Amino acid sequence: MERKRLRRSMMFVPGNNPGMIKDAGIYGADSIMFDLEDSVAVTEKDAARFLVFQALKTLKFGGKEIVVRINDLYSGAGIQDLEAVVRAGVHVVRLPKTDSAEDVIFCEKEIERIEKEAGIPTGTTGMMAAIESANGVLNAKEIAHASKRLIGIALGAEDYVTDLKTTRSDGVELLFARCMILNAARSAGIDALDTVYSDVNNEEGFIEEATLIKKLGFDGKSVINPRQIDPLHRVFMPSEKDLEKARAIMAAIAEANAKGSGVASLNGKMIDRPIVLRAQRMLDLAEVSQIAEEEV
Amino acid sequence: MDIKSIFANIPHIDEISQHGAFEGTSKKRMGTFAERSASQNKVVESLEEAIRRSGLRDGMTISFHHHFRNGDNIVNLVVGKLAEMGFRNLTMAASSLSGVHAPLIEHVKNGVITHIETSGLRGELAEQISRGLMDFPVVFRSHGGRGAAIESGDVHIDVAFLGAPSCDPYGNANGYSRDDDHSISCGSLGYARPDAKHADKTVILTNNLVKFPNAPYAIPASHVDYVVVTDNIGDPKGIMSGATRFTTNPKELLIARTAADVIQASGYLYDGFSMQMGSGGASLATARFIRQMMIERGLRCRFALGGITGQIVSMHEEGLIDRILDVQSFDLDAAESLKRNRFHQQIDSCYYASYLHESAVNQLDFVVLSALEIDVDFNINVLTGSDGVIRGAVGGHPDTADGASLSVVVAPLTRGRIPSVVQKVNTIVTPGSTVDVVVTDQGVAVHPDRPDVERKLREAGMPLCTIQELKERAEAVVGIPDPIRYKDKIVGVVMYRNNTVIDVIRQIDEDE
Amino acid sequence: MKLIKTGTAGTMESNDIMVTLEPRDAGGITISLSSSVMQQFGRQIREEITRTLAELEIVNAAVDAVDKGALDCTVRARVLAAAYRAGESQGYDWGEQ
Repeated sequence: MERKRLRRSMMFVPGNNPGMIKDAGIYGADSIMFDLEDSVAVTEKDAARFLVFQALKTLKFGGKEIVVRINDLYSGAGIQDLEAVVRAGVHVVRLPKTDSAEDVIFCEKEIERIEKEAGIPTGTTGMMAAIESANGVLNAKEIAHASKRLIGIALGAEDYVTDLKTTRSDGVELLFARCMILNAARSAGIDALDTVYSDVNNEEGFIEEATLIKKLGFDGKSVINPRQIDPLHRVFMPSEKDLEKARAIMAAIAEANAKGSGVASLNGKMIDRPIVLRAQRMLDLAEVSQIAEEEV
Repeated sequence: MDIKSIFANIPHIDEISQHGAFEGTSKKRMGTFAERSASQNKVVESLEEAIRRSGLRDGMTISFHHHFRNGDNIVNLVVGKLAEMGFRNLTMAASSLSGVHAPLIEHVKNGVITHIETSGLRGELAEQISRGLMDFPVVFRSHGGRGAAIESGDVHIDVAFLGAPSCDPYGNANGYSRDDDHSISCGSLGYARPDAKHADKTVILTNNLVKFPNAPYAIPASHVDYVVVTDNIGDPKGIMSGATRFTTNPKELLIARTAADVIQASGYLYDGFSMQMGSGGASLATARFIRQMMIERGLRCRFALGGITGQIVSMHEEGLIDRILDVQSFDLDAAESLKRNRFHQQIDSCYYASYLHESAVNQLDFVVLSALEIDVDFNINVLTGSDGVIRGAVGGHPDTADGASLSVVVAPLTRGRIPSVVQKVNTIVTPGSTVDVVVTDQGVAVHPDRPDVERKLREAGMPLCTIQELKERAEAVVGIPDPIRYKDKIVGVVMYRNNTVIDVIRQIDEDE
Repeated sequence: MKLIKTGTAGTMESNDIMVTLEPRDAGGITISLSSSVMQQFGRQIREEITRTLAELEIVNAAVDAVDKGALDCTVRARVLAAAYRAGESQGYDWGEQ
């Protein structure tokens, strides 16, 4: 499992739809998430499981990170899902409706058992936890620290707002949850991933929300339609001005190192560690976004 | 002095072009214009009468246009009448045929129609022809190729039967009417105009007889012999619907975005450029992305050509496109614009794409075209389905690919389990030597004869692959299809735009 | 694997295949296939159905398949789902794959 990687976009793909599964790799999403849970009718759980299992074993998805959202682990379907997808070599199992650290630990134990039975090196399969309730939000820190397999935690807003007895509006209703999840993720050194934006035809609203969560510090967001990927990546793309500044910072650091000086400065201001980290992160992001060269 | 007496003594009179001495005028007409319009005109009381007067005989060639698309009733009406009148062995030279023309099957079986020329063929008629309905192969021509064949006389039309949503008593006909906002409208009559001009006799069928002069007109009265008024020229719903919808299909959008990037990187998107967009979802969407690039860079398009959609119209109306040259209006927005906008010009298929002279396609910077199949030599098939059955149209594909400086062909790499990029296309419609770039959802390939384009795309950082790699990518997903089985019988002949045979279509073999 | 009742899986959507398995006591495997890509892929679809049933040790069954351009992995998944429904079984051994 690859703990750190770019996860600006995680694209939902319904697990019982062969056409969408076939094309999942072509849209440039950083991660592809095949869903066995809410997008699959109760009567089709078995069929979707067979389908995702066969697809994972057969199709290539352009080297993208492959995530599968499994059903509730305390139901029979959830364990069957794990049995299938861990053996099929999924990169990350997404645990739905995570309320506590125990949920994560239970899932981890099951994954470990299956890895052993299947002869897969322990720890190969990554996990991420979706937090979708008030309880989960309040337990976010414990959840984020519950397993070394966790690559990130995500907000699932639809169930969460219902739990709060509100509905989704301008985002103010999610502010507390987003901040909790973000801080919990950072405290554990893992990614924070935002919820979906359901109105596919409202690109303006989507960009507004993406801009907000990027400002908060999120690493990425779930998308429900390929059309959301491009606008999302554009939100995450650093501006040319920011890049120039980052390059200047890194150059000043390199210069100081070459001189053997412990202190670097740019335009008379000392460059301290957080500034360097931010600059480096931005250049990394730009490199993956491939804008550094293209836009010149 | 009497002019007749000195006529013979005029020096060099035999070398002067003349018709003899003046013999006086015919009797001056004194009725009002209104009275004359009602009596002395080209209107005949019935289709049957027009056919009789036209001198049509067995074995002759009749022609039709397809601006009424799948709402057309002219072909079925006329051929039904010809069958009733006992005609046999006719050649039908239509600009295109579609699903609504299935009744022709009976007329073929009964020997009324023995040969068909067209640009496209769809539906039940196409299926049956692919299964060997006709002994004489169907001849497929591009729009430009058909125009050229008619104007050169390669194809001789004896009688043209042309539907028109407006016509005056003398035959000035058009695809819309300035007199009546509520009539049926098909916009441009571009494919009908060479027929009217070159046919021995032209019959206009209209549902809307307007006062002389029907201005503007697509077909002038001088090209028309008879006018027949009939209620049912077609079903307005099938002829034209509102604006062509902008696709929301993510794969088409992905292809369109890439195609627009290719065009921008190629250098052909500059201030004053010219373009044509095909009617497929991805090529239409490309226009949307081109529009954004134009606004961002402050560019204007000198002219947009071809089949015209509401999207091109709105770009014209917002000042991004100076001129529209419209050989065929694809939707009601385009038809309305033709009526409303003075720089939206109706053109005929010869002006559009005849190879005999510098036609408009030769002025294109780029064209975006769809494809059913593309092979590793960049040959394009837009005519036969992956099962070998005819289900498409040549259209302006080979004309524009040849004329444009940059031809961009867009297609999804696979459709369901069918690969679009293959070793060899079922039918060559557009030769690979005129195709410059192939854009799919899973890669872009540049024709090896265009290293200039390849270099520019690479410089812009666009990932490229070879056409062979595209074929292999498709096969990796869907597998390798078994080849289609054909019988020996040739059911179709495909003409290139210069009237040379480029390929044949054989009868499909469905025997177990 | 023993089939107990008729089992169906898949849809009539594009890229999918609807597979119906009917148990019977003798007669081997018969496959009635209709496909939108019959000429190009009919043979390969039949092979995939036959192979999957053989792995499940199903020797007698009437298969009815309506294909809309499914990939081989989809054909296989739908046959498996139909078979386990027909066998009223949950015990698929994921490790055997």
